[in-house]
Amino acid sequence: MEPAECLRVENMMVRYGHSLVLDDISFKVKRGERFIIMGGSGSGKSTLLRHMIGLESPESGKVIIENTDMTVTDEETFMNLLKKIGVLFQNSALIGSMTVGENVALPIVEHLRLERHLTPVIVRMKLAMVGLECYEQYLPSEISGGMKKRAGLARALALNPEILFLDEPSAGLDPVTAGEIDELILHINRTLGTTIVIVTHDLDSIFAVGQRVILLDKSTKNIIAHGDPAEIRDRHENPEVRKFFKRKSVSGNTR
Amino acid sequence: MRTDIADKCRFEIRTPEPAKLQIFLRGDLVLDTAPICLKKIRENLRKKLPGLEKTVIDISGIQHLDDYGAMVLSEIRNLTGLSPERTEITGANEDHRKILGMTDFDRNSLCPLSPPPAPNLVIVAGETAINAYNGFLYFISFIGAITVSIARTIRHPRSIRGGDIVTHMKTTGVDALPVVGLISLMLGLIIAFISSMQLKLYGANIYVANLVALAMVSELGPIMTGIIVAGRSGSAYAAEISTMKISEEIDALVVMGFDPNQFLVLPRLIAALVVVPMLAMFSNIFAIAGGAIIGVSMLNLPLDSYISQSMEAITLFELLWGLSKAGVFAVLIAITGCLRGFQAKGGASSVGNAATSAVVTSIFLIVFFDSMFAVIRIYWGG
Ligand SMILES: Nc1ncnc2c1ncn2[C@@H]1O[C@H](COP(=O)(O)OP(=O)(O)OP(=O)(O)O)[C@@H](O)[C@H]1O
Ligand SMILES: [Mg+2]
Repeated sequence: MEPAECLRVENMMVRYGHSLVLDDISFKVKRGERFIIMGGSGSGKSTLLRHMIGLESPESGKVIIENTDMTVTDEETFMNLLKKIGVLFQNSALIGSMTVGENVALPIVEHLRLERHLTPVIVRMKLAMVGLECYEQYLPSEISGGMKKRAGLARALALNPEILFLDEPSAGLDPVTAGEIDELILHINRTLGTTIVIVTHDLDSIFAVGQRVILLDKSTKNIIAHGDPAEIRDRHENPEVRKFFKRKSVSGNTR
Repeated sequence: MRTDIADKCRFEIRTPEPAKLQIFLRGDLVLDTAPICLKKIRENLRKKLPGLEKTVIDISGIQHLDDYGAMVLSEIRNLTGLSPERTEITGANEDHRKILGMTDFDRNSLCPLSPPPAPNLVIVAGETAINAYNGFLYFISFIGAITVSIARTIRHPRSIRGGDIVTHMKTTGVDALPVVGLISLMLGLIIAFISSMQLKLYGANIYVANLVALAMVSELGPIMTGIIVAGRSGSAYAAEISTMKISEEIDALVVMGFDPNQFLVLPRLIAALVVVPMLAMFSNIFAIAGGAIIGVSMLNLPLDSYISQSMEAITLFELLWGLSKAGVFAVLIAITGCLRGFQAKGGASSVGNAATSAVVTSIFLIVFFDSMFAVIRIYWGG
């Protein structure tokens, strides 16, 4: 049986001022899939992500998550939809005045009616999932960049979202840590069945994690390649596209 | 819907022998069902606890388990009051084991949270004193560093960024003009109104002009301007610089070979030094205009005699004295704002704290220095 789709973008067009950033983008993400959005710098990946999670609304087009159109829905449906998605921002976006534990507890306390003494238990488990056991009491300014990423991931996972959006999860990390994050993402996808949408240009991650990938292009402002990453690398008709997938990554970090 | 959720998680509690407890779980033990399920289990468990020596939790009937489910299992384990070794989880399939492994289920009490140490009066007092002392040292070294930057700038005048000075002059001065003007105008109205009520009794209406002019030019003009600029720009200086500090922008400047004081503090200092006395001058003018409105409309004084009376009341010395006070306030505001900015560390809340304490400190310093000026004048016999 073909897994049901859980996210669909239809004919999305985004414009900032006079400059067109995304022109007529359409794609679908299936439930439980690990989906990758890639593209050169400035090709509009982060822009696409921000529009998919409803932070901004596109000039035209639809974003349909779980059969609800994010762009036209009313406030209440939108808020309910937000509980089903988790987002890891490019710079982790942990609240600086709260400890790591409080950051993870934030959505749990807000949205679940858990008994009080259970929150630390679940927070500890979430942190254990991302390999940060015993760091509850640290402030974000007291941990490293890679640890912040993982804490951000734990917070994004707090409510066991259906869809997890990750903006450059391995950018700025050493190859080993980046590899660990990839492992973690795979693990979460397999154990919890979470659909995963990743924005990245780390080729190692793409081949390690990605099942399907779209490649955005800055000049056409549209998707120029779409499919299995290894397939595209070896057999896409456009040599430019093949080149994008082949560039040797020296340190595992290809920014 | 409620019953639906409750139905998804079923359980059965058996006690085959008095000291042994068996819990069979079935259905889904996930985010939605976990809290209700746990509540029901707890209610049922309460009677069966005394004398317990072993618990077996059988999860073979569970279809979906997530980390909230793992939390329920761990909580059941705690509820029985037995040590973790005496609680056995049986019937876990591959998926269940993955979840339990991922959440560190078996090592859950690996790092007991140490409660924060109880505050001790001696330690708190000592820490406060040390912090105050260090803050003072930092202040002295900051003043020293700025002096060095000024000296360097005098030797190499082109090393300062002129464009920045102009920008800060605009934001600190030009943009503040409407609010300074409005507040001073109203202040003039108020002083004139209140003093006229007294002076009318003696038929000395015309002296309203003297009062407004003198009060504004020597005291209230500079102080009001100082307070407004501290609130508008002192806080902005602190917020800008502290944001740069916490996002490592200042470190970047240092690495690129810039002197952060010269790059950030001097343009603000110079801009404030130039525009605050000007604002004080405008404040005087607007206040006198406010006084004139009352004088002309309520006291029936002719406008030209009101103005000439005001002019006679203030001497050039008085005016310069007031304006130089405004200049001193400008230096206080700029230095406190920048100092508080540089002292920030940590996250976003430190930016807010920096801005708040910049305003509080500079208003305090303005009032303090103003009283110093008053004392100086008394001894000077002015
Ligand atoms: N708020 C904005 N206002 C105006 N233009 C913007 C805005 N945000 C993005 N852009 C423009 O949209 C384009 C795409 O930006 P975006 O941040 O999505 O790129 P990206 O693919 O994420 O790049 P990178 O890999 O470098 O993060 C860029 O040309 C950028 O200048
Ligand atoms: Mg980006």
